Amino acid sequence: MLSESEPHYRQPLLKTPFHERARALSQVDSFIAWAGYTTVDVFTFVEQEYFAIRNATTLYDLTPMVKYRIAGHDALPYLNRLMTRDIGKLKHSRVAYSVWCNDDGHLIDDGTVFRLSDTEFRLCSGERQLDWLLDSGLGFDVQITEVTDETAALAVQGPTSCAVLTAFGLSGIAQLKPFELAWFALPPALGAGSQIMVSRTGFTGDLGYELWMRPEDAESVWDALMDAGRECAIRPIGSRALNMARIEAGFVLPNVDFVSSERSLRFGTERTPIELGLGWLVDFNKGHFTGRRALFDEQRRAPRRRLVGLDIEGNKPAHNALLYADKAGKHQVGSVTSATWSPTCKRNIALAMVDAPHMRTGSTVWAEIYLNRELVWERRMARAQVVERPFFAPERRRASPPADY
Amino acid sequence: MAGAAVGAPDYDCIVIGGGHNGLVCAAYLARSGRSVLVLEAANQVGGAAVTREFAPGFKVSACAHLLHLMPGSMIRDLGLDSRGLQMAATGMPTTAIAPDQSPLPINPDNPAVLAGRSGADAAAFPAYHARLRRLAEALHPVLDRVPPRLGTDSWQARLSWLRIGWRIRRLGRRDMRELLRIGGMCVQDLLDEHFETPLLKGALGFDAVLGTRAGPRSPGSVFPLLYRMAAEVQGGSALAQPVGGLGALSDALARAVLAAGGAIRTATVVRRILVQNDRAAGVVLESGEQISAANVISNADPKTTFLQLLGVEYLDTGFVRRIAHLRAHGVTAKLHLALNRLPQFTGLPHSALIGRLLLAPSLDYIERAFNHAKYREFSSQPIIEITVPTASDASLAPAGGHVLSAVVQYAPYELAAGWQHERARFADLIIDALERCAPGLRASVESAELLTPPDIERQFRISGGHWHHAELALDQFFIVRPVPGASQYRTPLGGLYLCGAGCHPGGGVMGIAGRNAARALIREAA
Amino acid sequence: MGSGGSARHDAIIVGAGHNGLVAACYLARAGLDVLVLERNPYVGGAAVSRSLYDGFTYSNCSYVCSLLRTEIIRELNLPGYGLQIIPYEGGCTMMRDGGHLALYDNHDALRREIARHSRRDAESYERYLRDMLRQCRFIKPLLLREPPDPTSFKPRDIMELLYLGKHFHRLGEQRMYETVRFWTMSCADFLDEYFDSEIIKAHLAGSSIIGTALGPRSPGTAYVLLHHYMGNIDGAVGAWGFARGGMGAVTQALAASFQASGGKIRSSAPVDQILVRAGRAGGVVLADGEEIQAGIVVSNLDVRRTFLDIMDAGDLPDEFVSQVRNFKIRGSSGKLNIALDALPHFPAIPHGSPSIRGDLHVTDSIEMLERAYDDWKEGRWSRAPYIDMLMPSQIDPTLAPSGKHYMSVFVQYCPYKLADGEWDAAKRAAFGRTVIDTIAEHSPDFKDLILHAEIRTPWDLEKEVGLTEGNIFQGELTFDQLLFNRPIPGYAQYRAPVRGMYMCGSSTHPGGGVMGAPGANAAGAILRDLGRTH
Repeated sequence: MLSESEPHYRQPLLKTPFHERARALSQVDSFIAWAGYTTVDVFTFVEQEYFAIRNATTLYDLTPMVKYRIAGHDALPYLNRLMTRDIGKLKHSRVAYSVWCNDDGHLIDDGTVFRLSDTEFRLCSGERQLDWLLDSGLGFDVQITEVTDETAALAVQGPTSCAVLTAFGLSGIAQLKPFELAWFALPPALGAGSQIMVSRTGFTGDLGYELWMRPEDAESVWDALMDAGRECAIRPIGSRALNMARIEAGFVLPNVDFVSSERSLRFGTERTPIELGLGWLVDFNKGHFTGRRALFDEQRRAPRRRLVGLDIEGNKPAHNALLYADKAGKHQVGSVTSATWSPTCKRNIALAMVDAPHMRTGSTVWAEIYLNRELVWERRMARAQVVERPFFAPERRRASPPADY
Repeated sequence: MAGAAVGAPDYDCIVIGGGHNGLVCAAYLARSGRSVLVLEAANQVGGAAVTREFAPGFKVSACAHLLHLMPGSMIRDLGLDSRGLQMAATGMPTTAIAPDQSPLPINPDNPAVLAGRSGADAAAFPAYHARLRRLAEALHPVLDRVPPRLGTDSWQARLSWLRIGWRIRRLGRRDMRELLRIGGMCVQDLLDEHFETPLLKGALGFDAVLGTRAGPRSPGSVFPLLYRMAAEVQGGSALAQPVGGLGALSDALARAVLAAGGAIRTATVVRRILVQNDRAAGVVLESGEQISAANVISNADPKTTFLQLLGVEYLDTGFVRRIAHLRAHGVTAKLHLALNRLPQFTGLPHSALIGRLLLAPSLDYIERAFNHAKYREFSSQPIIEITVPTASDASLAPAGGHVLSAVVQYAPYELAAGWQHERARFADLIIDALERCAPGLRASVESAELLTPPDIERQFRISGGHWHHAELALDQFFIVRPVPGASQYRTPLGGLYLCGAGCHPGGGVMGIAGRNAARALIREAA
Repeated sequence: MGSGGSARHDAIIVGAGHNGLVAACYLARAGLDVLVLERNPYVGGAAVSRSLYDGFTYSNCSYVCSLLRTEIIRELNLPGYGLQIIPYEGGCTMMRDGGHLALYDNHDALRREIARHSRRDAESYERYLRDMLRQCRFIKPLLLREPPDPTSFKPRDIMELLYLGKHFHRLGEQRMYETVRFWTMSCADFLDEYFDSEIIKAHLAGSSIIGTALGPRSPGTAYVLLHHYMGNIDGAVGAWGFARGGMGAVTQALAASFQASGGKIRSSAPVDQILVRAGRAGGVVLADGEEIQAGIVVSNLDVRRTFLDIMDAGDLPDEFVSQVRNFKIRGSSGKLNIALDALPHFPAIPHGSPSIRGDLHVTDSIEMLERAYDDWKEGRWSRAPYIDMLMPSQIDPTLAPSGKHYMSVFVQYCPYKLADGEWDAAKRAAFGRTVIDTIAEHSPDFKDLILHAEIRTPWDLEKEVGLTEGNIFQGELTFDQLLFNRPIPGYAQYRAPVRGMYMCGSSTHPGGGVMGAPGANAAGAILRDLGRTH
């Protein structure tokens, strides 16, 4: 991590170890805050960065992803009590996506769990959770430490990412299966004796990897990757392009698609994993976990609402659109939580929370979209079809070993 | 979890802990036709309501030393009178004592002595007492019943709320307003509104703060007073002392359990509560023996029950967080003195010695004693409730000998200096305070036993050594006692119930928590 | 100030404090002929800007403006009459060991600042804020409503009780319990459920004792904490702010708004007696014997002053009078107003930190606050008092000559009555020295910069502003004196036992602070009784 030249009250946001590289390549000076760091929103323009995800290789600075080291004799029972999934089934050197809930079965956050040994795990989440994680540790022999600033992270995603990493010097990377992790020695030129952890994970729904390294190795890794990927048109991307890809992949984002129950102020706005279509992450057979009794009751009741995919007519993304049962817009049945034009599918897609009778695949709802026609605003009721997620799921994301593409 | 044998469980109900609430609960469950087993860790039943020999030949009620809160209906239901419960003294008088002041009997029905100090106070006392009693009576359904839940649409909860509302409404407008006003008030303000005599106010204020981490200026301190009166209203028998000490009550309760077909095992320590299919399924003993049961009822305090016996892995984080934050550090100590003669309190008639004596000369005195507890110190001038049980029950001491039993505040569990270094000094300081009211007492002390909250924690297995298992305060009372999610005697785990003082309505030898827990279980099974 | 015209008015408001003026504004806007009578030669009560030293303007009583209801500011067009409220830039608590905790507006700066003391507390703070905001969301709609009488069977009371019940029900079961606990907890216990670090707890606990005769360990103080969070500046819930021109700007704007609606104000017109004829309020008699008639009399004074000093006990029910005598109203706060030759240096505050422009506190721990309270109980001012000071002239140049600064110093605790006798000049000076020495421990050049200091004890506040015992909330904010109990059970709806007579001061629901809600609610009650709605 770079040294802090400015005190926090003058410069509240931290800079990641990739910051100087990112700043040098940023053409539009568009940065946003993420979990206390400043990160790039857009480098050049969004569509260009998006197509690099689907066609070439991209670098995305993941460092602000909050990382916890969870270690100790009870680390596994602790995680099993915390998470809805059975972490006991997670094998060594594998990664699992999971969610965790409060007592009422309402979602707090989602994240990935890395199994590093019998007694050591890494948890990555989008927001800080130490308060909840520590309170969940009462009565367990477990140490929970935030290690966000001790580890730099870079997502390398795209159809040619395996080829780029091979060129970079990670021989054997092609053998890494989805949700596996492995340690590699860094090419000697980059840092003698340095190790880098690579997991075949990502947020794009495409072939891709995430690289976890020491902050002091970050810049040389970045430079070497940019060199190795030059022929594959490697480019850095910002959060906006990534967001398009993750909507296509149907991934949910906390505090966008659902409010974290640790943050919610209003009663009735919180959501359960079942409502978010993440019921497959909830394992009722593994023993007790926080929220289990509430979720067990819920899954026996008829669902009231569900997060669904929408295919909307027209090409205007339905950001924040209200959804109605009827074209006249009299009976509201939900709202859009994330929306984008999908350049690959050529569809106008969205994630939306929709009430009970309308949430079935194949249902039709109407989205209220506002169109800016040269500063003359118009309202359009667009027909939207409830469809299965994901919207885009290329075979290559699972192929093992991946082709060179 | 390794399970018990397949098939029918060994018992319908296992009660962990044979304290008075556990025994009451077991007796009611056994009377409902259930097979019940009570498991008590100590060698005798009774928990904190036991009689123990603390010096050769000298016996004393180890924690609680008076009986006045147990409902008459419960004593009748369980036939305790016929099972050996006899009173050595009933209608015991209360007398306020202070060094350099003559003792003042606290009796609203006969304020004659008070009139000698303050005519106004003597005139005001009966009306004050009558009004508080009326208000306390209206609170009776609050005290006696399973607390209703909030925000549910169940007709039972609604009915409970209606019943409470109706009883309060029935007070009439003036009393209802007074109840809503003083319910959350500090006892000093209430007493200052009515009285001027410091000794009277000190004695009345004493009962408001006894057993709680509060001073007379702490808002909400009227409330324990009302609540104590509400229990007394139904107890009917006023202050009483069983023959043979409080242990006699526990013995009678145990006989009631056995008579109803229940079983009791003493010297049997429970290690864990067994869980199967997300339900309590029995217990594992320290010996390794497993006993299965359809229901497990814990008389242990909430922290012990959930954090030790059950284990956090069966609970949700938010619930554990609330249990962890439950305030359960005791501030009350007990001092037992073996005396070679009857103590002589200056100016006190012998008839008053069979009652209880309160050493709390003024509200300021109590508040100053409380100040120390805020800073993890014991009071340099503690407040003391004194009984001399041998004055009415000679069986408790060798011939000619006497026992003095004193409840002392404030003695915080978490003493900054550490109790092991300070206990002798504290015992000394209490005896000094007594000596000032009863010259010559110190010379007659043959032996002394001090029970600090850590001692109580260790000897009676109460986490934090709190008499009420959890601090009795408005934010830990009724619908939120001990914590939301376990306030109806049920717990988040099916088949596991609480029946101890940590539940509504709290401690004191009352038995209501035990009876309510039995009712909740029976109602749920119905 | 205009002088009274006709000898008969529709309504007389006794006392031109901010609540009196708010009530007056709403009545005048509804078309009533309203006269406001003020004892002092200036309006404002305890919300005043006064020039007591050359070139300086002191907000010499209340000093922070955050609670004033937005609805009132809008409806009375106070910005049109010169009121501007500027938010603080955070704040800072300084410890005796030289350490500090600053509160910054920026979320990430604040997280990193708290993390200096405890990484965990930095995140627990989010949960703390969430829970405070949940409580704010619950309480806010209740502020501008007349509390129902739970003993009444009147349709309006039943409707209001039902509203309360429904509002409560909307929280959901778990949060209902949390609310019950919150309302009955001590601030210290409440904070213990979130934080480990003493300095964070002490910093937050300061708000729970300001103006109250309770310590942070007294049950009920979590609510007092909330009382100070109910403010809202431009959507920033809990934010505190300055009124540009000092707190007098609030009451000046109210007075101007009132006069623009045709109302009249007479200052230097102390009311000696409220007239009651045939069981009805009929007007007032001034100290000089002048009689002014009105069908409605509204008192902005605290209830003790209203019913015991300027009313005849014979006109009131006996029980009511004894309840008024029992109303708890205790002076517990002192105030220093200091003119400084330059900005003092506080070594604990890092160079360039904006927190110097916020409210600065001096305390170490909850225990220190509690011990300060113990002093008060014994009838002496705190030996190590809790201090809430700020120098608004850094943001508002109208308050002091260029380069010089006005410092407002609020001190908790300072008793109304001392154990060793009445206040006198020597004791007042000694109290001032205690405070100045305490500040000087944290600022080496502070003493040398003092040009002038006004030292105010609760006794002074009573003499000057007329607040009984100098209690800034016109009555303690304890359970027995909140909601339908405030000020007196059965009389919580702004109506006195005498027809035509009303109360609009902070003694009434929802209580003190420059909030204006009691004034607005009282006006609502009056207009409803008149068959008008505003």
